[in-house]
Amino acid sequence: MFESFAFYFFSIVVIGSFIVTVMANNPLYSLTSLATGMIMISGFFFLLNADFLGVVQIIVYTGAVMALYAFGMMFFDSTKDVKEKNPSASLVFLLSGLSALLVVVIFAAPMISPLDIQMTVGEGLAGNIQALYPMDTEVINQAAVLTGAEPITQVINNVQSVGMVLFTKYLIPFEVAAVMLLVAMIAGIILAGKKMDKSLTLTSEDEIQEKGIA
Amino acid sequence: MITLTHYLVVATIMFAVGLVGVMRRKNLLMLFFATEILLNAVNVALAAISNAYQDLTGQMFAFFIIAIAASEVAVGLGLLIVWYKRKNRLDLDELTTMNG
Repeated sequence: MFESFAFYFFSIVVIGSFIVTVMANNPLYSLTSLATGMIMISGFFFLLNADFLGVVQIIVYTGAVMALYAFGMMFFDSTKDVKEKNPSASLVFLLSGLSALLVVVIFAAPMISPLDIQMTVGEGLAGNIQALYPMDTEVINQAAVLTGAEPITQVINNVQSVGMVLFTKYLIPFEVAAVMLLVAMIAGIILAGKKMDKSLTLTSEDEIQEKGIA
Repeated sequence: MITLTHYLVVATIMFAVGLVGVMRRKNLLMLFFATEILLNAVNVALAAISNAYQDLTGQMFAFFIIAIAASEVAVGLGLLIVWYKRKNRLDLDELTTMNG
């Protein structure tokens, strides 16, 4: 009951705010509704027993990415509305047809595929697919079993099991991702911070090419 | 009872909304917002499938998608700032320097 209510609430809010993001003409409205949608998506992750992913979603997306966009907006004139050329009617027809076709294909793909399994969230799938890294693991204290004492079962929560999988199986991708973030940070600093004192709009194109400003 | 299908339907609708944004936007900043929506839709689908199979692999991929999205924003926003300083606007139709 609670799960259904939370699910429908989060889906309506997320889809509504994303539609506002896509349709708004003011960049500030767009940014704010995108941040709202990002926070509400973390609700999905908490419902899906992915606690750590939900926290990362809040910290990284709304904390870092949205703040980065907000700082980037200081460079752009965000108060005026974005004027966009309206595409022709045939283009609108083509684009909406394409996206409708995509939705139909995505929904129809599981029906066509031979894997006919009863899918129920939370109970696990009754197919022959074995979970490689099970989400909730019960660990029985082996020493207590040997000494004949009452065995203590301990349930490992999501954050612990994520850490265990991330630092064993996915250690190399994790380090590669760290190097990639470092490269992106240096690129961002150099691109945004270089020649801050020169106005590139007031310099002509030939001058920029000649002096190599940008 | 909320099943995996419910979550996948929501993720698909989110993906379609993001796709509409990518197709109709001409402003580069708004185009970036739409790509964030696309990445988040995929993340929701991955987390739902991870929960359905009781397997952590889907969550792992969602983490790496978040890391890639963060670095994409850092580099892309730097490029947008340089472009805005040169042209004073962020229109996709003006990116025609390689048009010959």
